[in-house]
Amino acid sequence: MMKSILTLGTALAMTAGAAFAESHAMTVRIGTEGAYAPFNFINDAGEIDGFEKELGDELCVRAELTCEWVKNDWDSIIPNLVSGNYDIIMAGMSITPERDEVIDFTQNYTPPSDSAFAAASEDVDLEGGVIAAQTATIQAAHIAEGGATLLEFATPEETVAAVRNGEADAVFADKDYLVPLVEENAELMFVGDDVPLGGGVGVGLRESDTELKEKLDTAIASMKEDGTLNTMITKWFGEDAKTYE
Amino acid sequence: MFSYCTDPETLTGLRWLSCYLTTGVHFSFYWAFGKVLLLLALAAPSALLMGFLGAMAARSLIAPLRWIGKGYISVVRGVPDVAFFLFFVIALDQFFEWGRHKIKCPEWTDPIRQGNDFLVCPAAKLPLGTAPEWQHETYGFLLAVLTFAIVFGAFAANVIFGAMRAVPRAQMETAEAYGMTRRQSFWRVMVPQMWVYALPGLSNTWMVLIKATPLLFLLGIEDIVYWARELGGTKTARFSDYPHGDWRMWYFLALLVFYLGFTRFSEVVLRRLNARLSRGQATAAGEAQRKANA
Repeated sequence: MMKSILTLGTALAMTAGAAFAESHAMTVRIGTEGAYAPFNFINDAGEIDGFEKELGDELCVRAELTCEWVKNDWDSIIPNLVSGNYDIIMAGMSITPERDEVIDFTQNYTPPSDSAFAAASEDVDLEGGVIAAQTATIQAAHIAEGGATLLEFATPEETVAAVRNGEADAVFADKDYLVPLVEENAELMFVGDDVPLGGGVGVGLRESDTELKEKLDTAIASMKEDGTLNTMITKWFGEDAKTYE
Repeated sequence: MFSYCTDPETLTGLRWLSCYLTTGVHFSFYWAFGKVLLLLALAAPSALLMGFLGAMAARSLIAPLRWIGKGYISVVRGVPDVAFFLFFVIALDQFFEWGRHKIKCPEWTDPIRQGNDFLVCPAAKLPLGTAPEWQHETYGFLLAVLTFAIVFGAFAANVIFGAMRAVPRAQMETAEAYGMTRRQSFWRVMVPQMWVYALPGLSNTWMVLIKATPLLFLLGIEDIVYWARELGGTKTARFSDYPHGDWRMWYFLALLVFYLGFTRFSEVVLRRLNARLSRGQATAAGEAQRKANA
């Protein structure tokens, strides 16, 4: 009796395993923040939308993967990736050496872009004032190195709100994120010079997922080649956005 | 939702508001209230059960069981909730997956820990990587219920442990004098009487539990605080048909009303429960009831 139970168990496990191996190569879970328009945001219908949603879906078609989108807090986005809750990150994450030590990146899908300061008045002190930035971003790291006082927030929204209510003198963030906000708000304006930071935005994945990385790299390269990636960048970030040559 | 909502830009006043409040994303917000209530409905009884078991273990005559009970109470109560939620849930999830990995993939030779990565065979993943999103969400939700039960169970265990000791010694001695066994006197004399002593402490724990529900977002579950922050944030006309400024204050005000209303409701229910449990008890409240009726 015991033996037959064991055999049955093994048989079940094996069928499940086989069925799984077949379909697993296909399904990839994509983690994103959903609070960083135009990269990724939640639209009126409550779905994930934005540049990365459109790009990610296209990459999945090209790499022949079935993709599922998952929302995750920015703070815990890397820990949840390495512990396997989803397989890749597409959340406007710039490629930096520090992050590269923990996770792996594909080639970038936006060119290295500028970060910018937005403030409520022209004459703010960017060298010694209080600058708001999102926690664990390249912008926060950049401010921390300089002379200004860094004020960190968990979400991008709060960094902008801090400037509006006077808590911070200026906000330092990806220019692509700030452009729509500055355009629509009379009280906000760009100040100082733009700062080129990071190696562009790429797909983050576990260091052990080399096969998936290759597939995505090929897909991104093909989109760069046929110009579809540039079209998408212009569509979401406007005519002035940097594109690939 | 309404027929006139097709072109929100032309709308004003209440019509605009009615369209705005019935967008798909707002329904996610309303649904999140249900999630919070469901969490409380599941977590509270499970925490009470954990607390009861913990208290029973802590006063057990068997030493190892007693150590487990006391250890559980002091360790879990001592660890900050946030740390517990960040560390414990990931560890619990990995523990389950590690167990399944050992059973399902004995032939797997690669190490499970590679640098920062935690890698189990695909068949051991919980839920499976191919599972639809609702299964992932349900699994995450149940993990959250379990974590809440363990954390708040420790507080409840301490309360119940104290309540059991508060039952007058004379009652237990009388039970023994009647020849009841230890088990009989525990279930027939101590347990029915201890609730009235446990209730004030348990009601505190319940109130804290209500307010701790925003910790859900740490576990990747979109609760009402997450949606209030998301919906209240500035919306630009490029990415939304309903652009507005920073409205987080209004959304958080709505949450304030919800939480205050809910805790108020709880207070009323708990007061009634207290009156019911005091009936016929050898406490000041029970005595007062007896005199009022006489």
